[in-house]
Amino acid sequence: MAREMTGAQMVVQALKDQGVDVVFGYPGGAVLPIYDEIFQQNDIRHILVRHEQAAVHMAEGYARSTGKVGVVIVTSGPGATNAVTGLTDALMDSIPVLVLSGQVPTFMIGSDGFQEADTVGITRPCTKENWLVRDTDQLAPTIHEAFHVATTGRPGPVLIDIPKDVQFATGLYQEREAHRSSYSRPTAPDPDAIEALVDLIEQAERPVFYTGGGIINSGPEASAALRDLVQATNFPVTSSLLGLGAYPASDRHWLGMLGMHGLYEANMAMHDCDLMINIGARFDDRITGRIDAFSPGSRKVHVDIDPSSINKVIHVDIGIIADAGLALKAIMAAWTRRGRRTKAEAVVAWWRQIDEWRAVNCLAYRQSTTTIKPQYALQRLEALTKDRDRYITTEVGQHQMWAAQFLHFEEPNRLMTSGGLGTMGYGFPSSIGVQIAHPDALVINIAGEASFLMNMQELGTVSQFHLPVKQFILNNERLGMVRQWQELLHGSRYSQSWSEALPDFVMLAETFGLKGIRCSDPAELDDAIMEMLDHPGGVVFDCLVERHENCFPMIPSGKPHNEMLLGDASTEGAIKADGAVMV
Amino acid sequence: MSALNIKQGSTSHSAYNLRASYTETSERHTLAVIVVNAPGVLARVIGLFAGRGYNIESLTVAEIDHAGHRSRITIVTSGTPQVIEQIKAQLGRIVAVHEVHDLTVEGRAVERELGLFKVEGTGEQRIESLRLAEIFRARVVDSTLNSFIYEMTGTPDKLDAFAELMRPLGLSNIARTGVAALLRGPGAASK
Repeated sequence: MAREMTGAQMVVQALKDQGVDVVFGYPGGAVLPIYDEIFQQNDIRHILVRHEQAAVHMAEGYARSTGKVGVVIVTSGPGATNAVTGLTDALMDSIPVLVLSGQVPTFMIGSDGFQEADTVGITRPCTKENWLVRDTDQLAPTIHEAFHVATTGRPGPVLIDIPKDVQFATGLYQEREAHRSSYSRPTAPDPDAIEALVDLIEQAERPVFYTGGGIINSGPEASAALRDLVQATNFPVTSSLLGLGAYPASDRHWLGMLGMHGLYEANMAMHDCDLMINIGARFDDRITGRIDAFSPGSRKVHVDIDPSSINKVIHVDIGIIADAGLALKAIMAAWTRRGRRTKAEAVVAWWRQIDEWRAVNCLAYRQSTTTIKPQYALQRLEALTKDRDRYITTEVGQHQMWAAQFLHFEEPNRLMTSGGLGTMGYGFPSSIGVQIAHPDALVINIAGEASFLMNMQELGTVSQFHLPVKQFILNNERLGMVRQWQELLHGSRYSQSWSEALPDFVMLAETFGLKGIRCSDPAELDDAIMEMLDHPGGVVFDCLVERHENCFPMIPSGKPHNEMLLGDASTEGAIKADGAVMV
Repeated sequence: MSALNIKQGSTSHSAYNLRASYTETSERHTLAVIVVNAPGVLARVIGLFAGRGYNIESLTVAEIDHAGHRSRITIVTSGTPQVIEQIKAQLGRIVAVHEVHDLTVEGRAVERELGLFKVEGTGEQRIESLRLAEIFRARVVDSTLNSFIYEMTGTPDKLDAFAELMRPLGLSNIARTGVAALLRGPGAASK
């Protein structure tokens, strides 16, 4: 039987019915009725943020590390506009997030009221779907629909704008079980296309799996299916940044990440393969480099749940619209039914070629006894944390790429990073969301000092909720990636790419009641990292590193995969003027 | 490679359905998009075209099923075959979009547009415009001593031709509805 309640009560009830136990938010005039209801219950925990952008990134970290929907509550006007960066980030990386925004009362909409903004208009391009609810009776169905849309097909962020009078008014609550949605998307692969792919698998001499975040979004079973298929076929596997962890980095079939700062062996395998099987990745421009020189000799197969991803950038021979996990299982089933044939000898020869590329040791760097090299810092962090229940988030820049190169991910949902949008300021709040979801786990945000400054107000949130989250800042006092590009592309004119007037990060941590650690001596690094790990509370680790280290390998803009720059190679003149147009 | 001896169009989800080699030639396509009749849906469709840089040559929208809350958006667009495929796929992604039909490839479609043409003049010019209107089967829907408004229904090309002829005869204003289109012959109601 339908229950009568206020709109604000419906919001809380619907969230409970959807299994939500935590929301990230910030109160304000247009959401006061909802906050009044939150005050009067204990089932849903509210994490008070310091800025709404951070609330969305926390929800993203929560969602990426659990597979559940991250929920955010913001007020109207600036509360909603501050959420836009997080929504766009979640849209680009296909993260299920629900933002509930307050709105001025329906009778004031359009009057330029105090803290009024056209929130559904502003967020339309950065949400998968959004709604303005004008009728309290429609509130519960809309919330149930929002959860359904956020998690069905290709996941993504959704927003519901709720005018204040709708929150106050009473209506009939619609139960979750009573909700019927018309939104569905096909997830099972077409059997004919799977057979065609198995034909190619059976005949491939130089195959490679190129995987992405779609496998992680599909759930742990998809990662398990990938492992089965890779090991059974003996095919090499590489992955985009967002796909790291779907395949264990410790396995011999793993080539490492591919792309602009991917491993030499991964990129060379992509360039020289005769069969590329893309599962749940989207041929991002960081991956492909120059399109017309991208893997010129290969047949390409693309499995994606989003039809618009297929043939968007790279024209493929077989497109399969399906959930990654279902597709992987279907491939395995069809290939097994046909006798599990591969050109095994050719694949062994292919592995010999790959081993030669591996011998290049592309991540080699010049060690120093006086300065901490950022790569070394991450190698030590990896060595000292790899056996723990560990989650990593990153900010955006050189440190992000080094983290992808030097930290090894054995399980899905263990790396949270802003891939598509490249949002500096993502990692710190994201690490908070991860820590909230996994209170006993070791959660480390790999940061640059410039990215960290972008959302450092959240130190207050860490302190308030006694979160043991660790901020590992590779501090080079530079916008490292910008500086690297200026060195390579803009004649070493370092326009605005240094961090002037930095705070003392140790004192900054202490002023929020957290622990600060500084280290600048490679000989003391291990002890300092252990001090961070042993501290039961939140830590800001200021790791002063080499200021002018460049991130290699690197595929310069406008170059194909087989023209990578390696660490010791001369970089002068490597990028032509037409390459400089790309970013 | 023998593995690629898959007959074209053998699967509904396969890239084999796309034409084998993309050309750079721009093509004009008429799309019928069946959407939920709700606030913001049209904005999302138009925003997709604006945000991704696709062309809109004409666009019409009206509710077609009141009980089912459905509207039909007819969009005439142009682009290379790859762009047209992207437009259809991107439209299909929108949550509130039920169906996307490319009337240019799904069969032969009837395309009609309604135009209103105001022609001002006196004497021989006025008579000449009336004669031409008769040839084009345009109807006079308003007349004063020195002006007519003609109403004409036809293909966009026919309306273009009529406008061209009226221009030297005192054409002062045009209002056009954009194309409405349906596939010929029996078939799904939504097409």
